[in-house]
Order: sequence, then structure tokens, then C-alpha cells
Amino acid sequence: MAPLKASPRPAVVPPPAPIPVTLTVNGVERTLHLAPWTTLLDALRLHLELTGTKKGCDHGQCGACTVLVDGRRINACLTLAAMQDGRKVTTIEGLTTGDSLHPLQDAFIEHDAFQCGYCTPGQICSAAGLIAEGKATTDDEIRELMSGNLCRCGAYPNIVAAIRQAMTIAGPKAEGAP
Amino acid sequence: MTAIPSIPGFLKEPNGPIGKPVSRVDGRKKVTGDAHYAAEFTLPDLAHGYIVSSAIARGRITRIDASAALALPGVIHVFTHENRPSLAWFDRKWKDDDAPKGSPFRPLYDAEIHHALQPVALVIAESFELARYAARLVHIEYEAAPHQTDLRANRANTFTPGKDKGGFEPPPKPRGNPEQAFLDSPVQVDAEFTQAAEYHNPMEMHATTVLHHDDGTLTVHDKTQGAQNCHTYICNVFGLSKSAVRVMSPFVGGAFGSGLRPQHQLFMAMLAATQLKRSIRVELSRPQMFSFGHRPETIQRVALGAERDGTLRALIHEAVQESSQNENYVEIVVNWSGQQYACDNVRLDYKLTRLDVHTPLDQRAPGAATGVPALEIAMDELAFKLGMDPLELRLKNYAETDPNTGTPFSSKELRACFRQGAERFGWAKRSPAPRSMREGRELIGWGMAAGVWDAMQGQAAAKAVLGVDGKLVVSSATADIGTGTYTVMTQIAADVLGLPIEEVTFCLGDSSLPTAPIEGGSWTVSTVGSAVKAVCDRVRSQLFTLAGKLEDNPLKGVAEADVLFADGHLIVRDDRSRRLSITDVMRGSGTLSIEEEARALPYLLARARHTFATHSAVFVEVRVDEDLGTIRVARVVSAIAAGRIINPKTARSQIQGAVVWGIGMGLEEEAFTDHRLGRVMNHDYAEYHVPVNADVPDIDVLFVEEHDDMVNALGAKGVGEIGIVGVPAAIANAIHHATGVRVRDFPITLDKVLAGLR
Amino acid sequence: MRSFTYARADSAADAVGRAGASGTAFVAGGTNLLDLMKADVARPGGLIDISRLPLDRIEETAGGGLRLGALARNADTAYDERVQTRYPMLSKAILAGASAQLRNMATNGGNLLQRTRCYYFYDTATPCNKREPGSGCGAIGGVNRIHAILGASDQCIAVHPSDLCVALAALDAVVQVRGPDGERSIPFAEFHRLPGDRPEIDTTLRPGDLVTSIDLPAKGFAEHSTYLKIRDRASYAFALVSVAAGLELDGGTVRDARLALGGVAHKPWRDPEAEAALIGKPAAPDSFRAAARVLLRDAKGHEHNSFKIELAERAIVRALSEAADRKGASHP
Repeated sequence: MAPLKASPRPAVVPPPAPIPVTLTVNGVERTLHLAPWTTLLDALRLHLELTGTKKGCDHGQCGACTVLVDGRRINACLTLAAMQDGRKVTTIEGLTTGDSLHPLQDAFIEHDAFQCGYCTPGQICSAAGLIAEGKATTDDEIRELMSGNLCRCGAYPNIVAAIRQAMTIAGPKAEGAP
Repeated sequence: MTAIPSIPGFLKEPNGPIGKPVSRVDGRKKVTGDAHYAAEFTLPDLAHGYIVSSAIARGRITRIDASAALALPGVIHVFTHENRPSLAWFDRKWKDDDAPKGSPFRPLYDAEIHHALQPVALVIAESFELARYAARLVHIEYEAAPHQTDLRANRANTFTPGKDKGGFEPPPKPRGNPEQAFLDSPVQVDAEFTQAAEYHNPMEMHATTVLHHDDGTLTVHDKTQGAQNCHTYICNVFGLSKSAVRVMSPFVGGAFGSGLRPQHQLFMAMLAATQLKRSIRVELSRPQMFSFGHRPETIQRVALGAERDGTLRALIHEAVQESSQNENYVEIVVNWSGQQYACDNVRLDYKLTRLDVHTPLDQRAPGAATGVPALEIAMDELAFKLGMDPLELRLKNYAETDPNTGTPFSSKELRACFRQGAERFGWAKRSPAPRSMREGRELIGWGMAAGVWDAMQGQAAAKAVLGVDGKLVVSSATADIGTGTYTVMTQIAADVLGLPIEEVTFCLGDSSLPTAPIEGGSWTVSTVGSAVKAVCDRVRSQLFTLAGKLEDNPLKGVAEADVLFADGHLIVRDDRSRRLSITDVMRGSGTLSIEEEARALPYLLARARHTFATHSAVFVEVRVDEDLGTIRVARVVSAIAAGRIINPKTARSQIQGAVVWGIGMGLEEEAFTDHRLGRVMNHDYAEYHVPVNADVPDIDVLFVEEHDDMVNALGAKGVGEIGIVGVPAAIANAIHHATGVRVRDFPITLDKVLAGLR
Repeated sequence: MRSFTYARADSAADAVGRAGASGTAFVAGGTNLLDLMKADVARPGGLIDISRLPLDRIEETAGGGLRLGALARNADTAYDERVQTRYPMLSKAILAGASAQLRNMATNGGNLLQRTRCYYFYDTATPCNKREPGSGCGAIGGVNRIHAILGASDQCIAVHPSDLCVALAALDAVVQVRGPDGERSIPFAEFHRLPGDRPEIDTTLRPGDLVTSIDLPAKGFAEHSTYLKIRDRASYAFALVSVAAGLELDGGTVRDARLALGGVAHKPWRDPEAEAALIGKPAAPDSFRAAARVLLRDAKGHEHNSFKIELAERAIVRALSEAADRKGASHP
């Protein structure tokens, strides 16, 4: 078994031209000119410099890039910014109101629900989506429905505790996004 | 400026922040997205790099054609071994603080391919997407050479390494007559254990952003556990003056050892930035996270011989691990086995075999996480053969002094771990026979294991600046990879000077700060914490001296030792109404700021005469589906003896996280190599399984009281590694108890259990 | 990711019309296609965004079944009350797949078209007949823990990764397609194909075809069904083996049975003979085991995946037993 021989050279197509994309990010309408190959994740991180949303794998396998689009949690790495044109995007930066933290943010600090902090914005946005969905009532359901967010530091028990606390405050059907 | 270490140092103020469950001081930044990691800094001239990885495991590049990539508008340059600038020649220039014996790997150095996914080209373009696209267009031809990546196939082809890496001593000479004692033992266990290669896979992929300033200086934001280690490395490799470069790593998205050595993205970003004279970012992809160090695959043999009463007569532990062709990575694996139990006839043996892989790399509790589980499973097997409770067997052979060296332990509360852990878990209710506990179709198993890790200390310096406003800034070039360094150092400083936590800022992750070693091995609290305490002690003395010069000094006539520092005040211990605020001392004496720097060393004499270690007892309940072989960890109790716990909240998180690592090691993590291609095939997060939330139950952590006035001035040993050691064994032992199936091959996936359930 | 053009379709007809150009692909959820494009495995020259077409509804059909819009999200389908009540095995299957975030993005149509997770398919430095016809199969003789035990060929031993499709196969769903030549229906069993000597082709769709809906017949086995997924961790992992099982019982006797397996073949695996072997038999482990053995009679393992044969047998017995015991359970 030999490695694959380099394949015949593909035609070189110049990079795609930018197109206008309008997103309402954390309540502010932003129009960007983006090449269509720009993912929502890279649009946030590289073009809007909202680096709170993290890139942990870029392939939908870790959940670090979780944001809320029209109030629902998704992986920002697996959608093109152009595909979300006109939609409302809430990132970790948008959960804070002025100086006050979202109840989930408070609960994450209180329960030490993170260590390195890299998966944390995705965990919190995912938890906000989870609470809005209203499908989890037990700890085991929280565990299952938060399993799309890896935490390599292993803060899972504290993450569950923090979400449980925030859920009690917010009520199971409360809006995750402000 | 070296602070002379004095034994005690136990803090005088019982109500200070040390020992309190303080929430992380960097917590707000982390939950708001305001903590910035290596790939999150920028300048207007930033260009993006994407690495091209080797398609073969060994051989040479015969041709590189980057013309198609370069033809794309916006592609700036393609770096390869053919066009790289002149770089450092001698191996020592490429060495870093964690380099083992040998020749470090040099990226883009020549046409030779040493391992799969080796970086072979770097594309620089105006956008990330364009760089990635162009990287696909770089045409590379190879001449493959035969490679060896299979440890089992090469296990006979070994050599015995020496002291080839800092922190790891070769095994001690055999004691007694282990082979004969084993043969003479009425009860014997002799088994082979295997452990798959594991990749660190921190959540943040390795990345470096080099900011190129107008004056030609560079600020390098790197994912590293040692800003100064990387600083020295790039200055040496690129021949730069130390003042022209500053390495920053204020936030690190996990590392677990992956950031102990400068990784190739740092080299790549520096290469492009210095050649192109502009700012560059290079971020690895998740598959490329499998292109460098890993916990090496291991084959072990443990043979135990015992009397019928459980007394250990013989202990033999042999391990064979992989290293690369170019370096002798060692983690020794076997030494803890000679330290953990009293036994007169012991042989420990450690060998390496060279494979065509990247040099392995320290990963959480390197060596102990691999070797201790083999011993602890063997102990469980022995207990089963003896018909003895596994906990009893361990107590029977409890080592009061270190059998490897004959020296006493500085402190060792492992007995308390056993007792308190067992009590919390309810171990006494265990029904000893395998398959004797069940609920519906789930077989229930209870297993336990002991753990041990070294309590090391290095040298570090720290600086403290106390302002006239009573605010204190302490700094040292250490790292916080999620371990809680920011918080713990803040607590130590606040405690010494009696300041509220909010008045103290700790700075780290910056090569320009006072010297600190790479952050790893659970030695940061000991090493840097001691320096922080030392420098704050000096500030404290200064304040006392300044107070003495004030006209209306309420402390007049009181000795320094009789003054408390609390609530931002100097207070007379026996008359608390006599007090003076720190800001009044500063203002009254006309002092704008107090600046001190101090270096702390280990207590060398005490260290020469004692063994310093942390210990644990882990108790695990598993549930195994009797038909399907699926395994679920249902409950874990981890009892830890690690000296004084500076922050029980963050320390508990460290242990919990390490237990999760133990679950991964025990049940899930395994890099599958196709030995025909010499390539890890499951190189992503979808197929290289790390535990998810649903895999992890509540984890009960308890810290037993352990007083140690020899380990350092804080009495603290560090908790980063001890939590993982023993966990895979406790799981394996619980699986045996549940099912009667003994699996000695990690990870224990359901197929291995199913094979025994037939 | 290679360079591509991007256009948004404003109707199904528009989408099908635009798809005429070679090298174009529809994108809706994007969860598999963008992943493959980043890995340089998929290289479409043009993307046609169909995500806003009005194909996202779940509606009653004249025959008493449900029509699942191709663009309905997996999560919306799984949590739809009608699906949960009438087709609990489908709801359970969807919720056993991927993560909450991905289920919020991924569409039903896209799920049908997701490609294998074979390591070699994803790694462009290695041989793979599915990715690069004629280059060889890396998994045969290589790392093949997750690979097929049924219906494989000497060209390809990849498996289809979907959970949803396993339930759809068991339910005898029908895929509605709009193509350049008009609309047509494809029975689920004919939708996916075995690798044979053309492993690069996953389905019987023709160029330009757009999946518009998936129709569920009235019979949903709501009383006695389940979906059992066995994987290497508790969640967020692909199936080693999964089983969709539906029974219709007459007292303790099987009147009708459906059995589909995931993780074992290039397509969701159904075997009429295995189902026939259940009919008229007591709903008991012995009958279930006998049916499992029929289904697995030609199973063939490789270096690392032979365990799947026994695991599949045990999983079938467990799933059928659960289905027999269960009454309309809809939650996982």
C-alpha cells in the first residue's frame, strides 16, 4: 500500500470575488464584503474581530464555535457567512448587557465551569440555546444535549452544575439570547 | 537578590485568601470572550499562513512546484526547504528547555521526510481561505523510503536510554533477587499491558501570530507553556537579538504538555515574518494537531510475587516505548512502581525503540499515567488471586519510606486517601466476587487504584510593584493553561500582604517578565508560588520599615513578627486597634511605589534527603451492559494528598479534569496508525474520541489534610497531574469486577469486553 | 476549500435549472459539504444555496402519512409532535445523531446525502476509490474498525454514517425528487446503493436532481419500535452498529416486522428474509436471534471490525426485545 500519488493538477481558478453580506451581530447591523468561501466563524473572528467565538476544529466536531442564529445554536464553522445573510447572530460578546453578565456567565464563574477558557464561549452560547429549546430538564438530559461541546480540560461536571443553576434562574423556556 | 529559603513560611494570617475557594480572577474575561488567545491578535499588515503536510512517512521530496499556488492573486510566497534562508547550524541552537537528548526536528530544513504529516511547505497569502486554497495547489513529489511505525513489530529492537531528559531519572539498580523471589512466590501475577498512542488535542489548535512593528521589533503571540522557552528558541534559530522579540501567551487554550516545546507553527510564523517583514499568523488545522508530539505507545510487563498473606516478595516492571529516530524521548514509566509498595526484590527496566514518528512529548503525568495503571491492575489481579480486598493488599504493602532510595517522604498521607476515599465511596459494601452486582442488564463493578506523582520544584523569579494606591502588581514569566496560575498567584500575593484579591494583579505569559521555567509537571505552584511569596515577603518588610519611619506610627515598639498584614493594613497582633493602612504608609513616607524582585530556589538539602510526592486513591463504579459490552463510568471518588491546597475550587477542577482524562485514557483515546502508510488515520475530533459531557458523571474530589513543611514555603505540592494517575487502572479493575473480564490493553473499548463476555 | 461561485436559488425550479452546470452542488445545512470542502475532498466549482426554499415543512399526506420537507431541519423533525407520536423510532434516531447544534443546521435531504466517515475518504494523501476512483481502497488491509461487514466490495468497505436514514429505511420511506426531467419518487431501499465497482456513487440520484421531500407511509410502528445506537462514547459519535426496529404484535406473536441496521454497510441495511423470519414467531429473544443470524449470514469482517458481527447480532436481539416491550415511547 503506497500513499496516493499526487493527483493531476486541478485547474487553477482565481479566488472568488467578494459579495455583500449583511448580518445583525449582537444587535448591530453590519454589512461586510466577503468572498463567499468565508465561513460565519471566520467572518466573526477575522472580519468583525469578534474573537470570542472560537475555532477548535473548523469541522463541526467540537462546538467551540457555537453561536446563536435567530436564537438557535449552530456551529459557525460549518456555514458560510453568505448563507446567513440578513439573519441575527448572537455571540458570547452579545450575551453581556453593559457591565452585567448573563446568568450563564455568572454561573460558569461561580461553578468554575472552565479551565483554559477556550471552549467556554461555545459552551455558554450552546447552553443559552439549550435553555431556549427547553428539552432538557434532568442532569442527564443536560449532559446529552451539551455533548456537542467538547471540553478537553474536563470541566463537564461543573458545566452541568452551572447550567442547572442558570436554568433555575431563567426557567426552562426562557430566552437564551437577550 | 536570591531569597534564602527558610522552612516554615506557613502564613500567619488564618483568614487570608490562601485555602479559600476563590473564583478565577480571569473568569470574567473567559466567559465574555475577552480572553485573547494566540490567533486572536492582529495588525493591518497581517498575512495568513497555511502549512502543507507531508503525504509520506519517510523518504525525500524530489520536486516541489508552487507555481500554481503563486499564480493566484493574493498569494504572497511559498516557503519550502529550497528557498528557506540560512538558519542556525548547531543542534544546541534548536534545543529547548524540554528537549531530550538528540537532534531536534528542524522544519523546512532539507528534503528529508522523517514522519507523516511533517510540515513541508508554508503558503502565505492575504487571506486565510486563500492560503488554505493555495496550499492545496502546491505540487509535491516524493521518493518514499521504507518506514517503521509499528511498536509491536519492533519491540525486540530496543536500547536502554540514559538520563536523556530533565525530570526523569533512569530506573534504579535492581534490589534483592527479583527473578528468584518471583519464582519462589506462592502467588504470582505476570502479565503484559499495552497503551495506545494518545494525542494532546487541546481545544485551541496550535497557533502563532507574529506582529511586525514599524521599528522592526516583533511581538510573538504563541500557544506555549513557556514564553521564555520559545523566546530563546526563536532568537537562537533565527539569530535575533533578545531585545528585538517578545513572546506573549497570556491565555493558552489548553496544552497538557503540547506547549512544552516550541512547535513548528512558531517556526513557520517567524520564518515568514522575518523574511517578508510583515505580520503573520499560522494556525494548525485539527489534523495537523497530529503532526507532532504525543503520549507514546507502550508495551509493559508487570510480574508480582506474593506470600499468601499478601506480602509482596517480588516486583518486576518492564516497559518498552517508542521514540523518534532523532531524539531519545524518555518518561521512564516504571520508577513509581518501585516507590509505591514495600518490596525487597525489585527490578525496573525501561527501553526505547526508534520509529519513524515525530518525537513523543510529555502529556499529563508523563510516564506515571502509563506505568502506574499497569502496576495497579497487576495489584488488583494479585488481590483477586489472593482472595483479598484490593485496598487491604495495598495497605499490607504500604511503603513508609521510599523503597527506591531509602529516604523518607517529606509527607505522605496516602493512608488517609485510602480511608477517606473508601468511606466516601462506600467501598465496605462491595461484594468481592466479579459479576455479583447488577441492576437490570447492567453489571456493576467497583474498582480502585492508587496514584503517585512527583512534587517537583524549580527556580523562578518574581517581581512585585506596590503602588501608592495600595494596588499590587506581581509578575513572572510563567503560564496559565487553565491550571489556575493567575488565581493562585494572586491569592498568595494577597495573603502575604493582606490585600483584598481585587487589589492584586498577577501578570504572566510574557518573555520579558522575571524568569520562570516552562509550566508543567505540577510544579508551578511550588516553583513560581515560592517566588511570589518571597518577593511579597520583601515588600512586606519594606512596608514595615517605612512604617517605622512615620511620625505617628501606631506600631511603634512592635517587632515585625508581631505585625499582621490584613484588610490592607498593618496591624499589631495583640492589639488590633493599633493599625495603619498600607496606603497611609506609602503616602506618609512619600513612597510612590515599592518595587522588589526575588528568586526562589528549592530547599536543596531537604530535597536531597527526602522523596517528595503527591498521592491519590481513586474509586470508580462502572456499569457494563452485559449483552453489548458498552461501558459507562457511573461514579468516581478521587482522594488526593498534595500538601496544602491553595485554592480548593480550582484544585478540585484540576482533579476532575484529570479524572476525565483518565476516562479518556481508560476507555476512548487511541490513535490508529496505518503501518503501511506510517500515518495516523483518525486525525480529527470526530474519530479520535475524547470524552464528551455524556461520558462523565459527577466526580467527587476530596483533599486529605497533609502538612508538609519541607516541600516549599507554601507547603503546597501541585495538583495538575496526580488526578489522572491511577484512574485508567481503577476503571479496568471495576470492569473486571463487573464482568470478570480482565482487559490489559488501553483503551478498553467495548469490543475488548465483548470478546470476554462470550 | 477551492474557489467556487455562490448563488441563491429562489425556487426549486431555479435550483434545478442552475444545477445543470457541471461541478455545482446544492448547499442547505452545509454541515457535511463544507466539512468535505475544507478537507479538499469535495471540490464543487459552484454552490447553489437552496436553504431558503420553502421545502422545510412537515405536512400530512393523503395516505395518512407525513411528508418531511427536504429542508426541514433534523432537530425540527425529531421534535415534531407528529413525528414523535407516530414515528418514535425516527425521532429517536435523529436525536442519536450528531449534536444539538448540528441537528439545528442539518436538513433531512442533506442527511440522506451525507458521505462516509471512512478515514481514507477524508485524507487526500491516501488511496480511496470513493474519493478518487481507481486509487485503491486504503481501508482494506488498513485501519478498518468502523467499516462495513455487509454488502461491501473489493473496491470499498465504507459505511453510510446516517442514523436518520436507518429509521427511514425501516419505515419504507419514499424520497421525492425533482430533476431536469421532472418529478419522481424513489423508494428508500433504492435510494442508496452498494459500492460494487463504482463506490464513488452513493445514491441513485441523477445529476441535477433535487430532493424535495421524504414521505413516510402511515404505518409508523409507534406501538413497538426503537432505535438503538452503539458507539465508542456515550454521545456525539458515529455508530459502530445501530438498529432501527419496529414490530407489529398480535398478542405475543410477530405480525409484521421491520429491521434496519446502520454502521454495517454502504447503505442502511435491510434484509427482507430476516424480517420474514420473524413473522408468525413469538416475540422472544430466540426468534430475534434467529432473525439476526439470517440478516448476518453473509457478514464478513476485516482486521479490526469482526467484532461488529457479534455486536450486531446482540444489538438486533436487544432492539427487538426493547421494541416488543415498549409502548409508544418517543423519548430517547
